[in-house]
Amino acid sequence: MNDVLATVAIARNVFRESVRDKVLYNLVVFAIVLIGASYLIGQLTAGQDVKIIKDLGLSATSIFGLFIAVFIGIGLVSKEVERRSIYSLLSKPIERYQLVVGKYAGLVMTLAVNVAVMAAALYVVLAYLSWGVSADVQRVWDAPGMDPGLLKAIGMIFVELMLVTAVALFFSTFSTPLLSAAFTFGFYIVGHFSSDLRNLQDVVGAPAAAALARGLYWVLPNLAQFDIKAAIVHGQPVPAGYFVVTVAYAAVYIAMLLTLSSFIFSRRDFK
Amino acid sequence: MTSRFSRTAGVTAIILVLLAGAVQLQAVREERYPPLASDDESLYLRSSDTLRRLAGAYTLSASDLYWIRAIQYYGGNKRRVEAEMKWPAPPPALAKVPDDYPLLYPLLDITTTLDPLFTVAYRFGSVFLAESEPRGAGRPDLAIALLEKGLRSRPDKWEYMQDIGFVHYWYMEDYKAAADWFNQASLVPGAPWWLKSLAATTLAQGGDRRSSRAMWEAILQSADNDWMRQDAERRLMQLRALDEIDLLQRRLDTYVARIGHPATSWEMLIRAGLVAGVPLDPTRTPYALSADGQVTVSQSSTIWPLPVEPRHLPTPPS
Repeated sequence: MNDVLATVAIARNVFRESVRDKVLYNLVVFAIVLIGASYLIGQLTAGQDVKIIKDLGLSATSIFGLFIAVFIGIGLVSKEVERRSIYSLLSKPIERYQLVVGKYAGLVMTLAVNVAVMAAALYVVLAYLSWGVSADVQRVWDAPGMDPGLLKAIGMIFVELMLVTAVALFFSTFSTPLLSAAFTFGFYIVGHFSSDLRNLQDVVGAPAAAALARGLYWVLPNLAQFDIKAAIVHGQPVPAGYFVVTVAYAAVYIAMLLTLSSFIFSRRDFK
Repeated sequence: MTSRFSRTAGVTAIILVLLAGAVQLQAVREERYPPLASDDESLYLRSSDTLRRLAGAYTLSASDLYWIRAIQYYGGNKRRVEAEMKWPAPPPALAKVPDDYPLLYPLLDITTTLDPLFTVAYRFGSVFLAESEPRGAGRPDLAIALLEKGLRSRPDKWEYMQDIGFVHYWYMEDYKAAADWFNQASLVPGAPWWLKSLAATTLAQGGDRRSSRAMWEAILQSADNDWMRQDAERRLMQLRALDEIDLLQRRLDTYVARIGHPATSWEMLIRAGLVAGVPLDPTRTPYALSADGQVTVSQSSTIWPLPVEPRHLPTPPS
């Protein structure tokens, strides 16, 4: 029980520290401004304003969430080492894995709040746009303006960001912040190109290269599966089973990364 | 406190003066050395698959950007071509081969590859592509290719089938193919009942103005948004104008038979008691009367130029 309480205390501390970070506010304000500006962009698009506001709002939530996850995630451990506060932390009666898990949980809490704020901003813009639009016009939209289904897409973005945060934290346990950021962005990009890795044998003649690519496809995090924005914006159904399997995949992968991060962190010598 | 305030005010004033100076210098530079016209009609990446890969998780926003670009490209070129049409035609030796929208299909192809479910891009896009100049690229073949691409993503979209039928009817004058597509659309679950009768009318009366009207009314009913609705309403007004022009032309023929020469102004027809006043088209703009006694809509009317009507089906032998 005490172990859990200590982990929760670390998470709360990370959350409090992140909330004080000015970079975070800048990112969130910029995302909200972008979502608001999508209203203006929507005016240029021959009646496609609702679709474009949804597209841009979801993309802004995803990309700014990614920046928050990476830029705060990579500093979680390295900052403690840089400030030398790691020594006082480790002198306390806590295990190193608790520190890793607590820091991860704290950043996930921060992300949850930020994603919720961006989602609220998106709904406000959509409410403004849908207000006063006749039922006839709304009937031909692919999905309602204030579509509650958008929460599914936002939820999947959040789960993806949880996975990216775990990747950033993993790198931050043994690398410098700059390299950790580069590695995490690299993983993010590869994670969205995973189908190309799977189908490499179609364009590459060497069986060894194709086998290696196929192996990487299974081992690296597959982030493309979290992208259901197109289906949601166009009002297409996404089966409940798809959510269950995808979220379970993320949970297992995150658990694996946190275990690996804890293991590396526990063997690190800070003398 | 006062010194701090005055320092802040002083710095603010300096910043404003410097900013005003920069703006002024830019204005002077633009006046003396005008910027070169930018070549905005370029598309550096034409491979839609490459763009889809580059866009990663942001294909939807990328498709929106290309859609906005397609609309601006279409709108800008349409304005330019319409303005050119109001000038006297160049001698045949100098006339260029009409290809005023070369990037329209690539832009629409990229848009719909990035977002294969983008309904309006297929439906608008096919109108832009199929329309003859100046309002479109005059490429009904590409319009059909785009709509068929849409059908590969959404085989249940009866609207795409209806639009393919419409392109066959209006721009290719292939009434049999048009009727087949309307019929195919009517078989899709949830398709409106009138598609069946549209197929029958097309087959029986292809090229007839009544079937054209039925077609545009069908488009009006299935319009996805205001632009399509307004376009269909404009087309229906053009058909009304064609009916009115036929009527006025008969009055002009009567005038020639009665007076012996064609009327060159509406006043002559009014004096002869053949019309009550200057006739107005459905947009309330006066019809134009040429020197050789032909009626048409004025170039200042929003329904100018009138479309070339599909040719009539030959009357079957009785």
